[in-house]
Amino acid sequence: MSNLQVSVYRYNPETDSAPYMQEFQVDTKGRDLMVLDVLHLMKEQDSALAFRRSCREGVCGSDGMNMNGKNGLACITPLSDVVKGNKLTLRPLPGLPVIRDMVVDMGLFYKQYERIQPYLQNDTPAPAIERLQSPEERDKLDGLYECILCACCSTSCPSFWWNPDKFVGPAGLLQSYRFLADSRDTATRERLTSLEDPFSVFRCRGIMNCVAVCPKGLNPTRAIGKIREMLLADAT
Amino acid sequence: MVTNITSFGRSGLSDWLMQRVSAVILALYTVFIVAYLLFNPNLDYYAWSGLFAQTWMRIFSLLAFVSIAAHAWIGLWTVTTDYLKSTRLRVGVQTLIILAIFVYLVWGIQILWGA
Repeated sequence: MSNLQVSVYRYNPETDSAPYMQEFQVDTKGRDLMVLDVLHLMKEQDSALAFRRSCREGVCGSDGMNMNGKNGLACITPLSDVVKGNKLTLRPLPGLPVIRDMVVDMGLFYKQYERIQPYLQNDTPAPAIERLQSPEERDKLDGLYECILCACCSTSCPSFWWNPDKFVGPAGLLQSYRFLADSRDTATRERLTSLEDPFSVFRCRGIMNCVAVCPKGLNPTRAIGKIREMLLADAT
Repeated sequence: MVTNITSFGRSGLSDWLMQRVSAVILALYTVFIVAYLLFNPNLDYYAWSGLFAQTWMRIFSLLAFVSIAAHAWIGLWTVTTDYLKSTRLRVGVQTLIILAIFVYLVWGIQILWGA
C-alpha cells in the first residue's frame, strides 16, 4: 500500500455555503514526492481543485500553504518532512481571506509590503556610473534580500493574524530592514519615523514562528530586533 | 502611520522601553523580597514594618508600584488591542483596566506611606 491519505481544504464561495475538508487517496508509488506533486496528482482526480504554483522549485513563492499545521512551500517540501501516520492535511495560508480552495487573497500582505516603501531612496545627485558599496556594506544585505514574499512567515504570526491592517508583519519588516541597512539609502530617518507607533514593529512579541517556517532560512525576528535598536538609537 | 490614544506613552518605542525597564525593576524587587523572606524565617511585625519604615525601602517599593502600574497598562493594552475587536467593548475594558490600576496604585501608596 503506497496510498497516501490527503485531507484538503475546499471552498468555492460561488457554490459552497461553508468551507469543508475533502479526503483524497493518492498513489505515491512509494516515492518521496514533494507536496506539490501530490497536489497535481489530486488535480488529476478532481480538476476543480484550485491552488497556486509557478516555478515548482522554491523561487517564485506562489505555493505557500499550511501542510500538517506548518506553513511552507509545497514544491520544496518532501512528504517525508511533513507526513505523519500516512496522513497529510493541506490548508491555505492561515489568516488571509480565501478566494477559492488553497488560493488566498494576499492583498493585506502586499499592502503592508508597500507601506514600508520597498525601494531605494536617495536624495543625493546620481553619480555618473553607479552608487558604490564596499564589500562590508554589501554583506549587511545578506539574509535580507533573499526573501521571495511567499507569506509563509507573516501568515504564521499571531500578531499579523490579529492586526494585519496595522502590524507590518515579519516579511514586510525584513524588507524594511533591508532598506534601513542599505548604505545607499538616505531615507533612514523617514523610514524609522513611520515605524515607531505601537503596532507597525512593536506588535512583534518575538515568538519566532516566522523563523521556524521561512523556506529560505531567513530570520525576520533578528531584523525586527535590529529595527528596534535603530529606533532606540535614533530617539534617545 | 498608525497612532493610538489609549496606549501608555502614545509611542510603540517608549512603551517597549518602559515595558523592559519596569520588568527589570520588578524582577529586582521580587528577588529582593523573596530573599528577605528566606533569610528571615522568624519574621515578626516589628522587623517587617521596620524594613518598610526605611526611606530607601519606601523609594524601592514606590518604584516597584509605579513599575507594575506601567507594566500592567502596557501589557493589558496590548492584549485588548489583539483580542477585542469591538471598539465599544475594547475602550470599555481599557477604561476599567486603567481605573483599576489607578486605584491599586493609590491604595499601595497609602499602605506604604500612611502607616
